[in-house]
Amino acid sequence: MKQHKTSKRFATLRRVLTLLQGSKKWLILSLLLSLVTVTLTLYVPILVGDAIDSMADAGIVDFPSIFRILLLIGISVGITALSQWLMSIFGNKITYAAVAHIRSDAIRKIEVLPVSYLDSHASGELLSRVIADADTVADGLLLGFTQFFTGIMTIFGTLLFMLTVNVWITLVVVVMTPISLFAAKFIASKTYHLFRQQADTRAEQTAYLNEIIHNQRVVQAFGQEENVLSKFDEMNGRLLDCSLKATFFSSLTNPTTRFVNAMVYAAVGLTGAFAAVSGRISVGGLSCFLSYANQYTKPFNEISGVVTELQNALACADRIFNLLEEAERPSDAHDAKVLSQANGNVDFQDVSFSYVPERPLISHCNLHIAQGQRVAIVGPTGCGKTTLMNLLMRFYDVTDGSISVDETDIRAMTRDSLRENFGMVLQDTWLSGTSIRENIRMGNPDATDEDVISAAKAAHAHSFIRRLPQGYDTVISDKTGGLSQGQRQLLCIARLMLALPPMLILDEATSSIDTRTEQKIQSAFQTMMQGRTSFIVAHRLSTIQEADLILVMRDGNIIEQGNHDSLLAKNGFYAELYHSQFIP
Amino acid sequence: MKRLLCYLRDYRKEAICAPIFKILEASFELCIPLVVAAMIDKGIPSGDRGYLLKMCGLMVLLGAVGLCSTLIAQFFAAKAATGFSAKLRHAMMSHIQKLSYTDLDTIGTSTLVTRMTSDVGQVQNGVNLALRLFLRSPFIVFGAMIMAFTVDVKCALVFVALIPALSVVVFGIMLLTMPLYRNVQNQLDTVTDITRENLTGYRVLRAFRKEQSEISRFSEQNRILTAMQNKVGSISALMNPLTYVLVNGAVIVLLYCGAVRVDGGVLSQGQVIALYNYLSQILVELIKLANLLITLTKTAACANRIADMLETGGEEENTAEMPAVSEQGTVVFDHVSLTYQGAGDASLTDISFTAKQGEVIGIIGGTGAGKTSLVNLIPRFYEPTAGSIRIDGIDSKEFPKAALREKIGVVPQRAVLFQGTIRENLLWGNTDADETVLAEALETAQAAEVVASKPLGLDEPISEQGGNLSGGQRQRLTIARALVRKPEILILDDSASALDYATDAALRQALRSLHEQPTVFLVSQRTASIRFADQILVLEDGTLADSGTHKELLARCPIYQEIHYSQFQKEAPHETA
Repeated sequence: MKQHKTSKRFATLRRVLTLLQGSKKWLILSLLLSLVTVTLTLYVPILVGDAIDSMADAGIVDFPSIFRILLLIGISVGITALSQWLMSIFGNKITYAAVAHIRSDAIRKIEVLPVSYLDSHASGELLSRVIADADTVADGLLLGFTQFFTGIMTIFGTLLFMLTVNVWITLVVVVMTPISLFAAKFIASKTYHLFRQQADTRAEQTAYLNEIIHNQRVVQAFGQEENVLSKFDEMNGRLLDCSLKATFFSSLTNPTTRFVNAMVYAAVGLTGAFAAVSGRISVGGLSCFLSYANQYTKPFNEISGVVTELQNALACADRIFNLLEEAERPSDAHDAKVLSQANGNVDFQDVSFSYVPERPLISHCNLHIAQGQRVAIVGPTGCGKTTLMNLLMRFYDVTDGSISVDETDIRAMTRDSLRENFGMVLQDTWLSGTSIRENIRMGNPDATDEDVISAAKAAHAHSFIRRLPQGYDTVISDKTGGLSQGQRQLLCIARLMLALPPMLILDEATSSIDTRTEQKIQSAFQTMMQGRTSFIVAHRLSTIQEADLILVMRDGNIIEQGNHDSLLAKNGFYAELYHSQFIP
Repeated sequence: MKRLLCYLRDYRKEAICAPIFKILEASFELCIPLVVAAMIDKGIPSGDRGYLLKMCGLMVLLGAVGLCSTLIAQFFAAKAATGFSAKLRHAMMSHIQKLSYTDLDTIGTSTLVTRMTSDVGQVQNGVNLALRLFLRSPFIVFGAMIMAFTVDVKCALVFVALIPALSVVVFGIMLLTMPLYRNVQNQLDTVTDITRENLTGYRVLRAFRKEQSEISRFSEQNRILTAMQNKVGSISALMNPLTYVLVNGAVIVLLYCGAVRVDGGVLSQGQVIALYNYLSQILVELIKLANLLITLTKTAACANRIADMLETGGEEENTAEMPAVSEQGTVVFDHVSLTYQGAGDASLTDISFTAKQGEVIGIIGGTGAGKTSLVNLIPRFYEPTAGSIRIDGIDSKEFPKAALREKIGVVPQRAVLFQGTIRENLLWGNTDADETVLAEALETAQAAEVVASKPLGLDEPISEQGGNLSGGQRQRLTIARALVRKPEILILDDSASALDYATDAALRQALRSLHEQPTVFLVSQRTASIRFADQILVLEDGTLADSGTHKELLARCPIYQEIHYSQFQKEAPHETA
């Protein structure tokens, strides 16, 4: 189990590293620069030691060599500073490019995930992976670059320098370092799980907050404030618990390694002093060793700090990669046809479908809809009308049988071309956070401003748009919130008016518009539907009466089809529905 | 920041102890260079190995005591910080529960979520770091300088020059980059918004084949973000090299001065080394301090936003006694007007009507006519700006809000259900409701079959935003939820819009036959839904255009006629005949 987890974390790490492959050139340059930086940084203490040796006692200070040494220090420091600066810049470049890359991959992934995945996952949770988790990965990587790299080099560089000065003292240092490493590793492995647990609990709480706060009005309407608060407090308590642990244990790394460093420092001081007593090392040499002892252990300090960050980053990277590894919707066959301007003949051949295998919804459905027909779908709530739309647009694929448009199976054509031939207004009036103009233009990016305005006029949206503070340039956002559901629906209709594809799907398209406005739109709809195959899910019988074909649905199946008069004559379920509107 | 300190009160002990133990550790750290100097100046020349051992032991001891004090400090800091943020979150959540609808409109719900998540996180982090470092770092910086003065006053002057110079560089770069980091944050918000859109509007975006253009829109903003990050990154990348140059410049000066002083016999070699060691301690701590200050500035900004939120709105707890009522289920509007906060025009003007117990009041009118505004006044979601509303014969302001709302069942326009089982959702109406009550409510709301169709029945889980239910199913469950409390007044705010006629009709019938006989307010856009109401209010632009029964209105009210015939074109001649 443990083995498995470790190997998984290793796989995540490897995957993070492959992300950096595009920046190979910069990576190598960074490595070279850090080599320069480290070498010179290590050279300075030697120079300082030499300088100190040149001032052994009163009256015997060797000023000429001190001046020479000080000049050397100056030059080294100048070069170090320059290469340090460049190194940071490259580090930034590499990291930010990598994270931008992850985010691009994520958005690309989101565009090709099956609708079923997005339907069944909380958007807030996915959002936090793409934004917050990616940020954590960036922080981890950046620290990795600025500190991990140079840290390791400093360790080896110091060892090398120390060996050239005194082997015994070096041995003391080498023997004692594993303790520091061990402590850091121990703490890091402990905190990885704690961080993960903290992240999960926090995500859970955030999801709850999102749900409750966005619907705070309902909470208050039902006087549920106390209950909500106590449920929240329960989560809050759990979060407190695991974040206290995560915060405390992760903050142990620094002091622990610092303590080990202090021990190394003391050991070097002692062995160095003994060596100095027996004359094997000068006082300047000892001073140099002591700063090495500091420099040698500091990278361990930093690395262990970085390791905690990296643990955190890996936990987050893991969550992102999980998203990136999700199965995609099947891609278009490479020989997929492009459906250009469709005629609009739609056939269902023995279609069966279910969202979950154990709950069959539509079974063995057969339909033939001729070009230009107006199809109304009616039936009790939850009878599967929306499902039909999901299938037509290929948001979901049929489980069995096939749907074809103009005699071609819709799975054998590109999704884009299929969807291009459908225009829809859904119950859910989603608008993008851009200007009203851009929203209307969504289906037809080339449309001129005049086109936009005439579409808005046709949808009876022009007059209210004009009255908005910025008119057509008003940006739609949660904060402005000024648009009513009905107005949003009018915008969705205007959006469709501008695109006008050969087949239309109107899912309860006018449910939030008052009937007087609706009637005004109806005439526009009539023109729009002329010659276009239209599927209308509607509850208003007045809309349905004019349909060429009425599909009466119940429990996922089409139980009756025909026109208004023939269905009434049949005196079946449709007739029952129709008459029921006059029952008080 | 100050305004939030009260939430730290319970952790006062921890909040005081953490910095104290940190300073304790720092003092031990400051002693080390002196110990080393003693070893070099006394131990080595005399070759006294015992003395050297003793000094080394002292160093180990100082380290061990230092470790213990830090561990204690870290624990106290973590405890205070996480405890503080938990308290804060609780306070915020409980404040949000008290916000009025108007407050929610002005603050915005998304803002509230941000305050409670990222802002609190930032504050927690800030408090934790502040407790650990805020006193420690300055203590070491000035401590090192003072120690240098005790060694040699002349050489210590190098410190006096170095500390301000370093501060200028460190804080200067920080000040320079702060606004840039803010820009980065704003740009990140833009990227977040695009991502959120793609996670919520995927159906529409895909229907319009926007996948590619969304990817390029995202990539463009993402590219800008990266450019901004690199820009600010390259400025802050100056920090390390510049400070390195300054410190080592100081080392050069120190070595020169030291050489002169040693030559003059004033200083020993060991003391020069001690001074050198103190010098290197300063930089590390100054950088820590600068980083801390960056964090604290961010923290302060977040803390202020949180404090503002905690001070915005929130109603005084109504402690009024429940007034004695003589009637039940009556609602009287007496010249009521409503103007929303910040709105130019009134949404409702001079509305008066009387609803008796058990009556069904239909409310009809165009989009934006004020139907929802009107019904929202009954449970006091908003307060009328003029006029008064009497419920059960008593001014609604005299009721404690909670008690008033308990009388009323509301079915809002948007059918919102919460994560949890169907049962849990229904119990929102009345926590004490038993199985029979739930079953009755479901039956009346035409939702029994919805529940029956689920494998787990009442215990079927509802996913986020009720995603596993259709619009109509959600609506019927929200109606059932309101019925579970057996309300005196039932408000259906266009709650049957997603229902088909048959279900809608069956629902109305069932509501009529409820033996509690609630007064029902039925907002609709369909005359078919309200034609059998005892009284129909026709709203037009926030005014009451007319009221009466279906027949009366059809005979005399042009607006009502227009609405009706727009829905029943074909029967029009037959109806008027």
